[in-house]
Amino acid sequence: MSQIVNHLGDHRVNLQVNLQVNLRIKRGAPGDALRFETHDVPFEPGQSVLDALRWVRAHVDPSLAIRYSCINANACKECMMRVDGKTVYACLAKLEAREMVIEPLPNKPLVRDLVTEVAPSDEELFVSSKV
Amino acid sequence: MHLTTDVLVIGAGGAGMYAALEAARHGANVLLIDRSLIGRGGATVMAQMTVAAAVGGECPDHWQHHLVDTLRAGRGLCDPALARVICEDGLECILEMDSWGVGWARKEGRFTQVMAPGHDRPRCVYVDFLNTGPAVSRTLRTQLIRAAGPESARAGLVQGATPGSIRRVGDLLVTRLETQGGECVGATALHLSTGELVSIGAAATVMATGGLTRLYRRNSASANMGGDGYALALRAGAALLDMEFVQFFPIGHLAPRMIGMDPIMWDPFRYKLGGRLLNGNREEFVQNYGAAVSDKYIVTRDLATYAITKEVEAGRGSPNGGAYLSFEHLSAEVLREAFGPVIDRIAKNGIDLTQMPIEVAPIAHYHMGGIQVDAQMRTTLAGLLAAGEAVGGANGANRLSGNAITEALAFGRRAGRNAAHDALASGALRWDGAGRDAHWYTQGPSHLDFNPAQMLVELQALMADEVGPFRTEAGLLRALHRLTAMRAQVGEVPPKGTGGLDCVRIDWFDLFQMLLVAEVVTRAALLRTESRGAHQREDFPGLDESWRVNQVVNTDGGGQLNIARRMVPASVLIPDPVELA
Repeated sequence: MSQIVNHLGDHRVNLQVNLQVNLRIKRGAPGDALRFETHDVPFEPGQSVLDALRWVRAHVDPSLAIRYSCINANACKECMMRVDGKTVYACLAKLEAREMVIEPLPNKPLVRDLVTEVAPSDEELFVSSKV
Repeated sequence: MHLTTDVLVIGAGGAGMYAALEAARHGANVLLIDRSLIGRGGATVMAQMTVAAAVGGECPDHWQHHLVDTLRAGRGLCDPALARVICEDGLECILEMDSWGVGWARKEGRFTQVMAPGHDRPRCVYVDFLNTGPAVSRTLRTQLIRAAGPESARAGLVQGATPGSIRRVGDLLVTRLETQGGECVGATALHLSTGELVSIGAAATVMATGGLTRLYRRNSASANMGGDGYALALRAGAALLDMEFVQFFPIGHLAPRMIGMDPIMWDPFRYKLGGRLLNGNREEFVQNYGAAVSDKYIVTRDLATYAITKEVEAGRGSPNGGAYLSFEHLSAEVLREAFGPVIDRIAKNGIDLTQMPIEVAPIAHYHMGGIQVDAQMRTTLAGLLAAGEAVGGANGANRLSGNAITEALAFGRRAGRNAAHDALASGALRWDGAGRDAHWYTQGPSHLDFNPAQMLVELQALMADEVGPFRTEAGLLRALHRLTAMRAQVGEVPPKGTGGLDCVRIDWFDLFQMLLVAEVVTRAALLRTESRGAHQREDFPGLDESWRVNQVVNTDGGGQLNIARRMVPASVLIPDPVELA
């Protein structure tokens, strides 16, 4: 039996086989030609999509832009994005051992990669740009 | 961009939001900033249940009794004047929050209060179900929005004061405090979504950035709690206090993995339902460490953390390295009555509490140490105040359950009032932004030769393994050695920015602050050769009366850390508890 350690450090579990998730992540900033990147991430039952994105940043590419603060508590509302075409909070979306397509929200101004502008307009720095 | 304000409040959790409201009520114009969304980041929004205040809903109570319990929990290191602010002012804040419609649980018109470990009577109000933090945050945010509206809609205006305005701006990560002539005059911040630098001139600044639990692998607070407020204050010339005291919450969720649930969620379950804590052999064990076995939740946090850790070390842990927490003896009806919709959220994660135990283990939860302040929340740096968990000294070596939200509100209110006073006094300086770009922001490398996201994971593992709840000289020295190497690798100059949401650059700033704070915690822990409250030295077991002192951290001009001992302030102002009928 092989053991997979969750490298985000939460805990460890024993699994029969090494399952993987194939993440297709849409990347780019405003003005770029947006592109999809593919990353294979070790799968552990009970993980969230946010866990997998954090794994990619820590192990493959730290420049992948994501935003979150509460990580796991459905409190901060910052990690809203599209998973397989549905709008979700990445911390609540269950990771599955298959291909998953991750994109930024289509109806909000893109900041970079998976991050869009989600703040209320009266809490933004550049208030005038929205008026 | 340059902004100017009377009072700058950094951090929009419970402490920061209350500070902003109070400063505006006293006539100051306020800029409230946060690196996340306003009222969404930080720790307050994640609070699950208990808020301690002597409102006397269940039985007669008085803030002086709350104070006695707070001081006892602090194991001799509390600053009694600060602890008094929690218990006395906190009571008023809880009632004001009630008048603002927070929704504290009630039964027949009276506050429902639960008995929490370390309290002498039921003293903790809450909002059902597991909704205390979100309700507190929402209530304060509603007041902030109201405060931005017409004067007629505003509650609690100080008589005679012309209300100040409150501007809320998210997405601002403060990178340094600015000083002139030994006085804090504002701050520089990175606007995360554009990558632009913002200079902020402020006549008074309130640091309300919370604690440092992000330094640890398993923690119960948000990714914002990396101790950056401590590092900012220390670098600007303010003193820190009691930095070695990190509270571990004993029964953080460990397994099976759940999504959408906060890891400290089992605390409310224990308040309401008791539950049984079992080792890997399914035996009760806390009695072997001096605690009474009870179906009530009375074992204190430090003792439970110790007992679970020692069972795991002895090979009697649960499969994932913790303890079992079981509610299997309770019926589905009892569970649903106590926790309603939460039971469905747990079921969605494949867990039926009537059929299986869950696994729990200690998790970094709160930091007793922080920025040194006087009872008016003024730091040792003129122009800088602090509030909430960012403050050190009120809770000594161990915080009483339920005091964190209370202190956020009470310290926030007091800091806001005094910041307004200081800012509106004549002669208060404000930074004009001159020299902002001359700092180290533009001269760094284009690329880092390491992965900063990976280094953050490594830092969390290092702190958990070597500077966790149980410490030894050898482990602390290993941590210092590695921290020194990591600080050298990170360097003193940030990488050049590449526009909005530049996560590599953001991670660099986080590492820059977190590594300094980690070193301060480790050095203070190394010096304290005794075991007291949340600081347990395996090589120095037991309390040493000669260590009934606080440790104060300063930096000299060259950035060298200096840690000195200070007598614990005496409790001359504390009256004897009143007799209650």
